[in-house]
Amino acid sequence: MGKVLEVKDLVTTFRIGKKEYEVLRGISFDINENETVCMVGESGCGKSVTTLSVMDLLPNNGRVVSGSIKLNGQELTELSPKERNALRGKQMGMIFQEPMTALNPLLTIGRQLTEGLRLHKGLSKEEAWKVAVTYLEKVGIANPETRMKQYPFQLSGGLRQRIMIAMVMAVEPSLLIADEPTTALDVTIQKQVLVLLNKLKKDVSTGILFITHDLGVVAEIADRVIILYSGRKVEEGSIEAIFAKPLHPYTVGLMKAVPNVDEDDFDIQPIPGTFPNITEEIGGCRFHPRCPYATERCRTEVPAELEIEPGHTVSCHKVEEERGK
Amino acid sequence: MDNKHGNPFVVAFRKLFQNKLATLCFVILIIEIVAVVLAPKIAPFGYEEQNPAIKLRPGFWAQWTVVTDPNDPDYDESQQYVPGHYLGTDEYGRDVFSRLLYGGRVSLMVGFFSTLMGLVVGVVCGLLAGYYKRLDNPIMRVMDLLFTFPGILLAMLIIAMLGVNTFNAMLAISIWSIPSFARMVRGKVLQVKEEDYIMATRSLGAKDSRIIFVHILKNCLPVIIVIATMRMATSIISISTLSYLGMGVTPPQPEWGGMIAAGKKFLWDAPSLIFVPGIAVMVTVICFNILGDKLRDILDPSLKD
Repeated sequence: MGKVLEVKDLVTTFRIGKKEYEVLRGISFDINENETVCMVGESGCGKSVTTLSVMDLLPNNGRVVSGSIKLNGQELTELSPKERNALRGKQMGMIFQEPMTALNPLLTIGRQLTEGLRLHKGLSKEEAWKVAVTYLEKVGIANPETRMKQYPFQLSGGLRQRIMIAMVMAVEPSLLIADEPTTALDVTIQKQVLVLLNKLKKDVSTGILFITHDLGVVAEIADRVIILYSGRKVEEGSIEAIFAKPLHPYTVGLMKAVPNVDEDDFDIQPIPGTFPNITEEIGGCRFHPRCPYATERCRTEVPAELEIEPGHTVSCHKVEEERGK
Repeated sequence: MDNKHGNPFVVAFRKLFQNKLATLCFVILIIEIVAVVLAPKIAPFGYEEQNPAIKLRPGFWAQWTVVTDPNDPDYDESQQYVPGHYLGTDEYGRDVFSRLLYGGRVSLMVGFFSTLMGLVVGVVCGLLAGYYKRLDNPIMRVMDLLFTFPGILLAMLIIAMLGVNTFNAMLAISIWSIPSFARMVRGKVLQVKEEDYIMATRSLGAKDSRIIFVHILKNCLPVIIVIATMRMATSIISISTLSYLGMGVTPPQPEWGGMIAAGKKFLWDAPSLIFVPGIAVMVTVICFNILGDKLRDILDPSLKD
């Protein structure tokens, strides 16, 4: 299994006013072929910024300061904006959160679907049209020929998201980044989209980086899970490891915060405190102000990444000390 | 849902024709345009064709307003309607109706081409200024500079520098309309470029040029259509004004503004010489304005202020 994406010590900053603030504080992870990696975390933890850093679509005030991003072994941070633009769509595609706004309202579906195909695969208008139609069929859209001639406003949200998926997958990128693609959809459509993504992943053997804050979705689709907290990776592991034996207090907190319908005492335990703003200076572990186990060491020293078992890593002093005993 | 006409522009124009006033204006303008385009075929006389025997004759209305009985003591031959000269004749005995048609040609043509030229330059400037932040200030400050001149003064300045002829007048008016396009388009670009679908297009690897001239431009079209329609009215008034001041179309080429200027000497003897081209300008401008207004209501209600 080849590695599609390797991110190492990625630091991304945002300039607000005259100061630069670190949004990503050194994130490392890999994505393999034919694998879905879910990135989970609260709003503002750096999930979307990670995807935008990889895609090189950061807003004007954001920039990647250090670290390396390798796509299929090719270092992206050294490429010129033009070269990176050439990779976008071709080798890495992105699906956005809001299907209602991610399609140009004034162009027909067909026009938008064929655009990428003609650009990246050098197909003629007619060829691209045919490929687009087959992909619309693949994502389960009835009467694709009719749909191709329609405008986005004539379609529902679920249809539009499937069209977005078809648009991205038709070019067969090796990496697919899905930024909360199901958040704006209702649950039944959500399920369909997840099944569809899984199927396409196998067809094209794409690596998927799936951003979400919905643990139900994670359980559904993920092979591996990365938990982010305030710009740092706090825990990473296979889906079984994360759900069965979460180690980091934040991960544990997340699991407890999900309502469980099977249990009689329907008790959600929220994590105390609020999520820190990126402008806030917090020494040591970023989670310590909210952590019930925080010690003096947590306030001063950034915890190192600790491998519990192959593939399961966690960054926490408490876990380290308990295992050291 | 009607899927045959999903095109948002087709839908918009359908809505436009549900409005009676807008439809009326549209029809009037179409008739006018067809008439002036076909002027050589429709006009009963050439625009330079003089007939000294029938100077300053009134139009068809004279059949009812003056004494037409030759035996009546009040009968005045020089105030009689000459059949064929529907709108009367001017001081050289030229047919006013024919001159109106030929003059309309110039007015509408100058209006159209100066708007078009201003549109092309203005839209490109607006797109670039809106999309590239570093071009924003340089371009928009030049536009501000153009805006600071009162329009007609700017046009006269340009004509004074380049010389009086129709083309220079057209050029002057088009330069005057550049900033209004640039400003509106820039505003729209700033808004559109933040939309998700532009980000999505970028994530598909589209080049800047494609994003600007296909995706963003298409979304600016409603604004551009509205401004272009309004600008047509302004441009027609401007060319008429310039001609009236003797800085636009040069005689003997007829132009509505020039016809008014020539007619003002005969304000009391033959007021129709002013009224006829004046009404023509008025009707055209009002039609364009109403049409632009209704288009704005349909295409981009946010422009309403």
